[in-house]
Amino acid sequence: MFDNFDATMLARIQFAFTVSFHIIFPAFSIGLASYLAVLEGLHLWTKKPVYIELFDFWKTIFAMAFGMGVVSGIVMSYQFGTNWSVFSDKAGPVIGPLMGYEVLSAFFLEAGFLGVMLFGRKRVGPALHFFATLMVALGTLMSAIWILAVNSWMQTPAGFAVNDVGQFVPVDWWAVIFNPSFPYRFVHMVMAAYLTTALVVGAVGGYHLLRRTAPLRAGTMFSMAMGMISVVAPLQILAGDAHGLNTLEHQPVKVMAMEGHYDSHPDGAPLILFGLPNPQEKRIDYAVEIPKLSSLILKHDLNAPLSGLDTVPDELEPPVTVVFWSFRVMVGLGFAMLGLGLWSLYCRFRHTLYQASGLHRLAVVMGPAGFVAVLAGWITTEVGRQPYTVYGQLLTAQSISPVSAPAVASSLIAFIIVYFLVFGAGTFYILRLMGRLPRDPDGHLGQGPIRTAGITPASGLADGHAAHSVSHAHSHGGARHGA
Amino acid sequence: MALDLPFIWAAIIAFAVLAYVILDGFDLGVGILFPFFDAKHDRDVMMNSVAPVWDGNETWLVLGGGGLLAVFPLAYATILPALYAPLITMLLALIFRGVAFEYRWRSKPAERLWDGAFAGGSTVAAFCQGVALGALVQGIPVVNRAYAGGWWDWLTPFSIATGFAVLVGYALLGATWLVMRTSGDLAARARRFAFATALLTVLAMACVSLWTPFLKPDYLDRWFRYPTAIFSVIVPLLVIGCLMVLLNGLKTKHDSRPFLAALGLFVLAYAGIGISFYPYIVPTSVTIWDAAGPDKSLAFLLVGAAVLVPAILAYTAYAYWVFRGKVNPEEGYH
Repeated sequence: MFDNFDATMLARIQFAFTVSFHIIFPAFSIGLASYLAVLEGLHLWTKKPVYIELFDFWKTIFAMAFGMGVVSGIVMSYQFGTNWSVFSDKAGPVIGPLMGYEVLSAFFLEAGFLGVMLFGRKRVGPALHFFATLMVALGTLMSAIWILAVNSWMQTPAGFAVNDVGQFVPVDWWAVIFNPSFPYRFVHMVMAAYLTTALVVGAVGGYHLLRRTAPLRAGTMFSMAMGMISVVAPLQILAGDAHGLNTLEHQPVKVMAMEGHYDSHPDGAPLILFGLPNPQEKRIDYAVEIPKLSSLILKHDLNAPLSGLDTVPDELEPPVTVVFWSFRVMVGLGFAMLGLGLWSLYCRFRHTLYQASGLHRLAVVMGPAGFVAVLAGWITTEVGRQPYTVYGQLLTAQSISPVSAPAVASSLIAFIIVYFLVFGAGTFYILRLMGRLPRDPDGHLGQGPIRTAGITPASGLADGHAAHSVSHAHSHGGARHGA
Repeated sequence: MALDLPFIWAAIIAFAVLAYVILDGFDLGVGILFPFFDAKHDRDVMMNSVAPVWDGNETWLVLGGGGLLAVFPLAYATILPALYAPLITMLLALIFRGVAFEYRWRSKPAERLWDGAFAGGSTVAAFCQGVALGALVQGIPVVNRAYAGGWWDWLTPFSIATGFAVLVGYALLGATWLVMRTSGDLAARARRFAFATALLTVLAMACVSLWTPFLKPDYLDRWFRYPTAIFSVIVPLLVIGCLMVLLNGLKTKHDSRPFLAALGLFVLAYAGIGISFYPYIVPTSVTIWDAAGPDKSLAFLLVGAAVLVPAILAYTAYAYWVFRGKVNPEEGYH
C-alpha cells in the first residue's frame, strides 16, 4: 500500500492523519465547553428550564466528543517520540515545558472537573456544578494557549539558542511563548473553534426548526448560534487578514505558495482567484486573476513589488498545489459563514428568524463547514512551512526517528483502520444524538413567565409559534421521531 | 546551594508514573475483569464506578510522556523508538477502551461489541504496559543520542513475563476497587477474584524479582550489596505484610482495606524497580543527569509544577470524594 514512500514521508502522513483527526474534536469541544458554560449560567440567572434542557442535550454530545479528543490526543503526545525522536531531543527543551504546562494547567483541569460536570449535579448542587462547567471550559482554552504557543514557536521561533549537542535551548521564555505569530494564531484558532461550534449548534437548531417538534429548544439554540456567527464571522475575516500579513512578514514563502505566485511581480502582483497550479512548469494554468489586488491586500499599495517562488531554491519550496487549494477552501468557507451570518441578521431584524426555512436549510448544509475550514487552514499553515519542522532551523527530513519504513507503514495502516472504525462509529452516534432533541414539554407552551416576558428571541418564539407547533405535533399523533 | 533540578524532576516524573499506574491500574483492571461478569446490570455498575474518574487517571500518562519530553528529552527520544510496537499497540488499545465509556450507552444492538472493546482494550493496554516495563528494565542501547537496538529487542521471555505480571496486578487493583465500590453479589464475586489475583500478583512479583538481578550485573550488584541490599530484605517482608492485610481484609469483608493493601503492593514493586534503575533513566545507557534538558527548562516548568501539582491533587481528591461510597446503579446520566 505504501511501498513507494520512505520512512520520512510515511511518518509525515501518519502525523498529518492522526493530528487531522484529533483537531476535529478540540475544535468542537473548545467552543462547546464555552457554550455549555453560557447555557448553565443563563439557567442560573433566568431560571428558564429551556437553558438547562439544552445544557443536558449538548452535555452528552460534549462527553462523546471530549472522550474521542482525549484518546486521539494521547496518541499525539507519544508520536513525537516514536516517529520524530530527533526533533524531540532537539526541540524538547523549548516546546516540552510548554506542553508540560498544557498538561498541568489544562488537561488535568478538564479531566478533573469533567466527571463532576457529567455525573455530579445532584451530588454537588447547582453552584458548584456551574463552577465545574466553568473549569472545564477554562481548561479547553488554557490547552489552546499552550499548544498554539508550541506550534507558533515552531513556525516563528524566537527566544532560543543552540547548545553544543545541537539542542534548541530557551534563552527568554517570554519571547518563546509570545513569539511573533502566537497572538495571531491564537485569536484565529479560538475564533475558528467558536465558529465551528456555532455552525454545528446552528445546524442542529435549524434541523429541528424544520422538523417543528421542539420549536422553543431548537429556536433558542438556533438564535444563539446565528448570533455568534453574525458577530464572529466578520471578526474572523479581519483576524485572518492580520494573520496573513504576519505570515508575509515572517514566512513570506508560505504566502507565495498560498497566493500561487511562482513569479516575482516588481510592479504590483495580481490576486489569483482560481486556477490550476502546474508545479512542473512553475505556473498557474487557467488563472482567473485581478491585477494588482494581491499587492493591495498584502502591502496596501497597488504597485508594491512582491517576490515569487522564483526567488526561493527548489528544495526549500513548499508543495504549492496543496497550499494553494487549502487556502482557497478556507477563505471561501469563511465568506460563506459571513453570508450565513448576514442572512440571519436580516431575518432577525425582520422577525422571521424562526420561520425562514431557507435559512434553516442553509444552516444545516453548513453544519460541517467549520471543521472543513479548520482542517483547510491547518493544512495551509503546516504544509506551507515545509520543508521545516522548526522554521528556518530544522529540516523535516532531519527530524525523523531512526525508524524503518515498514514499521511506520504498519503502524500507519493500523491507525487508519482503527480511526475510521472508532471515530466513524463515534460520529454516527453523535449525529444520532443530535437528531434526538426531545420535544418541548407542554409546560413551556402554557402559562408562566416564559410567555409573558417577551424580551428574548426564545420567548418571542414561544408566543408566536406555540399554537402552530402544538397542532403540528398533534396532527402527527405523537409519532416517534427517531434517527 | 543550587538545586539538583534533574534529581527533583526524576522524582516528580516517577511520582506521575506511579500515580498513573495505580489510578489507571484500577480502571484498566475493571476492564480486564469485564468478561467474567456477564450480566448487563453488573457491567453497568462496574463501568459507572470508574466513568467519572477515568480520564483524570489517564491524564497522568500524558504527564509522564509530556514531562519526559520537557525535562528528559533524550530519554523520551530513545525510550519511545525502542518501545515502538508495544507503545503504539497500547495507544490503539486505549482508544478502544476509552471511547467504549460513551459508545456503550449509545448503541443498544452494539452494546456487547463495545463491551468487548472495553475489555479487550483494557487487557491489551495493560499487557503492553507490562511488556514496555520489562523491555525498559532489560536495558536500551543508546549510541550518539539515538536508540541503537533492533525493532524486536523489546520482545523477550522476560518482557512477556512482566506483561502478565502487570496484567494480573491491574486485575487485582480492579477487583479490590469493585469490592470497595459495589455491593451484594457483584462485590462477593469481586472478592473471590481479588483473592485469586492477589496470590497470582505476589507470585508474579516473586518471579520477576528473582529474574531481574540476573539480567544485568548492575542489578545483581545493587540487590546484594550493602547498603541497598537492606531493601532486598525489607521489601519482601513488607510485601508479605501487605498480602496478609489484603487477604485478611477480604476474609473479614472489609470494604476499603483490600484496595489500600493492593495499592501498597504496587508502591513496593515500584520502589523495587526504582532502586534497581537509579541513577539511570534509560537503563543502563543514560543517567538522569545525561538526559536532562538545560536547567532553564527544568526550572521554568518546576515553578508551575510546584503550584499546579498540589492543586491537581486537591481537586482530584475532591472529585473522588464527590463520587465516594457504593455505586448507585440508578445514577449516571445515560
